[in-house]
Amino acid sequence: MTKTHSDYRLSQLDQLEAESIHIFREVAAEFEKPVLMFSGGKDSIVMMRLAEKAFYPARIPFPVLQVDTGYDFPEVLATRDNWVDRLGVRLIVASVEQAIKDGIVVDDGKTPRNRLQIGTLLHVLEEEGFTAAFGGGRRDEEKARAKERVFSHRDEFGQWDPKNQRPELWNLYNGRLHEGEHMRIFPISNWTELDIWDYIGREGIEIPSIYYSHQRRVFERDGMLLSESEYNPCREGETVQERTVRFRTVGDLTLTGCVESEADTIDKIVEEVAASRITERGATRGDDRFSEAAMEDRKKEGYF
Amino acid sequence: MSNETGMDLLRFATAGSVDDGKSTLIGRLLMDSKSIFEDQMESVQKTSQDKGYDYTDLALLTDGLRSEREQGITIDVAYRYFATPNRKFIIADTPGHVQYTRNMVTGASTADLGLVLVDARNGLTEQSHRHAVILSLLRVPHLVLAVNKMDLVDYSEDVYNEIHQQFTQFATKLNIPDLTVIPISALQGDNVVDRSENMDWYSGPTLLHHLEHVHVASDRDLIDARLPVQYVVRPKSDEHHDYRGYAGQIAGGVMKPGDEVIVLPSGMTSKIQAIDLFDKEIDEAFPPMSVTVRLEDDVDVSRGDMIARVNNAPEPSQDIDAMVCWMAPGKLQPRQKLAIKHTTRTGRALVKDIQYKMDINTLHRDQDADELALNEIGRIKLRTTVPLLCDPYSRNRDTGSFILIDEATGVTVAAGMIND
Repeated sequence: MTKTHSDYRLSQLDQLEAESIHIFREVAAEFEKPVLMFSGGKDSIVMMRLAEKAFYPARIPFPVLQVDTGYDFPEVLATRDNWVDRLGVRLIVASVEQAIKDGIVVDDGKTPRNRLQIGTLLHVLEEEGFTAAFGGGRRDEEKARAKERVFSHRDEFGQWDPKNQRPELWNLYNGRLHEGEHMRIFPISNWTELDIWDYIGREGIEIPSIYYSHQRRVFERDGMLLSESEYNPCREGETVQERTVRFRTVGDLTLTGCVESEADTIDKIVEEVAASRITERGATRGDDRFSEAAMEDRKKEGYF
Repeated sequence: MSNETGMDLLRFATAGSVDDGKSTLIGRLLMDSKSIFEDQMESVQKTSQDKGYDYTDLALLTDGLRSEREQGITIDVAYRYFATPNRKFIIADTPGHVQYTRNMVTGASTADLGLVLVDARNGLTEQSHRHAVILSLLRVPHLVLAVNKMDLVDYSEDVYNEIHQQFTQFATKLNIPDLTVIPISALQGDNVVDRSENMDWYSGPTLLHHLEHVHVASDRDLIDARLPVQYVVRPKSDEHHDYRGYAGQIAGGVMKPGDEVIVLPSGMTSKIQAIDLFDKEIDEAFPPMSVTVRLEDDVDVSRGDMIARVNNAPEPSQDIDAMVCWMAPGKLQPRQKLAIKHTTRTGRALVKDIQYKMDINTLHRDQDADELALNEIGRIKLRTTVPLLCDPYSRNRDTGSFILIDEATGVTVAAGMIND
C-alpha cells in the first residue's frame, strides 16, 4: 500500500501539540534559566503535560513556580502537588502574603490579591534570575491577548509594550535579551478553551476536582456565584445557598465565580463549553471587569 | 469527544483596511460560526453606543488595544480563532496599509491561505496588488480574492467578471498555484456562509465552504526528509543511562526507522534506530510532527545540526542569496553585520550586496538601490559565519526561511527567503 499525501495529515490537536512542544524545546535550548509558571488551573496543567512530553524520557529541565495568593482553592493545591511529585520537578512557591510582610507589595485592603501577584511575581523572577517564564496565556481569552507574541519581551521593569513587539515569523523565535530583561513564553497561544478540554480528555490527565460539577455553598455578588469561605465573608443582603456548580477558571477564590452545572465528566464539560454563549473570563473573572482595557493595563505592568 | 478525530487546521491571513469591510467579514465569520459570545457582543454594543455610533461596530470585536480603539486603526497582527465541525481556523489579521508591510509578511509567513478583499465599487487598487504580491512572495499556497460589497453594485455579474479578469491577468506575473475568486457581501451575508440568492449567476463555493474544504495536506514538502535538531535529550537517570535522542520538528519528508541518514554539517552517516513520540515508538514521522530520533551509531550531533537522507541532503552554504523584508526603523546597507537564525542554527551574517529593491505595487526592480528602509523588500547577498543547511524557500518554507537580528538591540529586523 502506498500512502497518498492525504494520509500525512495531523489532526488539529496533534498540530497544536507539535507546535507547543517545539516552543518548549526552543526555550530550553536557548535560555539560561527558564521557569514554568503554574497556577494549578487547566491551562497550566496542559503546559505541564506538554513539557513532560517535550523532554521525555528526561525530566523537565526547569523548575515550576507558583504565585500563592493565600486565597487558592485547596483542591487546586492538591492537584499541583500530585503533578510536581509525579514529574519530580522543583516547586517554588512565591507567597503574596510574604511579599506584603516584606514590603515588596502594598496591601491597601482594596486591591485584589490577583493584582498584588504582579509585584510578587516580578520580585521572585528577579531574585532567582529567571530569564524566561512560561505562562499558559491563550490568544482567544481576551482582546489584548490576541496581539500577544509567543515570545513576549519584557523590559527590566517586567513591562509589556504592545507597540514595541518583535515580529514573529514562521516558527523562528527570537530569544535575545539584555541584562535584567526577561521573556514571557506562551506555548499554548493558539489553543482555544475547547482545545484545552479536548486535550485533557484525550490525555486522561488529572485536573483539580472543582472543574467538575459538585455541591458547594455559594452566594451571589455582582452577578457572579462566589464560594463561601473565611476569606470572603458575605456582605449585607447576600445569602449563602447550597448549589450544584463547577468552575470554568480557577484563580483567587474571592474573585473567581462558578457556574451552575451538572457536568461531572470531561465529555459533559466539552459539550457545555461548546454550547456556551459566554466567554470563560467574562462569566467568572471579577478581575477582568474593571474596565474595557483592564487586561491590557495589567499586562503592561507585568501580569501573566 | 467533540472534535478530536478528523478535524484539521487551516491558517489564513487576511489583510485590508476597515474600508474594505475586512472587520465586518471577520465579524461575520465569527458570528455565523457561533464564535462570538454574548458578553463580547454586549461589550461591543455598549462601546458603540457610548461612542455615539448609529450601528454596532464589529471592528471593535477585533481591535484589541486601547491605542487602536482610540485611533480606530489596527496596528499589529492579531490572531483570531473559530471552528466549524470540519475544521479549526486561525486567522492572522493584519492592517493593509503600506507602512504595515512587515505585519503582513509576519501574518503570511505561517498561512496556508491568503484572503485578499476588494471593494466591488473600486475594483483592484494598489493595496490589493500589494497584498497579492506579499502572499505570493511568502509562497502562501492558496489565494482567495473576495470581491466584497456586491450589494452596492446591484450584484452585477459584469462588475465581478471585470475584476476577476483583471486580477487573473495580474496574477500571471506572480507565483499563485491556486486562485479562487468569490463575489460576496460581508454586510448582507451573501456567499460568506450561506449561498447568495442575489447572485444565481455564480456557481462556485461560498467563502466558508471553500475555507473548510481547500486541500492543504499536500502543501508541505513530503519528499525531502529534513530534521533540524533542536535539543539533545540525555536523561541523567540510571533507567535511561544510555538514551541519546535528537529532538526536533520534522521540516520535510517522511522519516522511518531503518532509514539511512546523514548528519550535517559533519557529513557523518548512520541509520535511524527509532523515532519516539513521547513514550511510544512510531513507524514514521512527517511534518509538522515534533519527535525525538535515535540513531544506531554514536555520532556527534548537537543543536543546529540537520538530519537528512544520504542521497538527498541540503548543500551547506555560507553564501546566501535571498529576498528580504526590512522591518526596522533604521536602514539595511551593505557591510552591515547582523545575527541570523535559520532553523535551529544561529550565526552572524554580513550584508555583501543589495541587488535590487522591489516596488511591491508594480513589481518594478530598482537595480540602483543601495539600501532598504522600513517595510521595503529587496534581493540581497549575505555571507554567513556558519554554513546554513538550507533549501530554496520555493521548495520548503521551513528550511528556506530565516530572520535577521540586530545584535545591539536584540530586535528582529528582517525576514528572509532563500532564492533557488
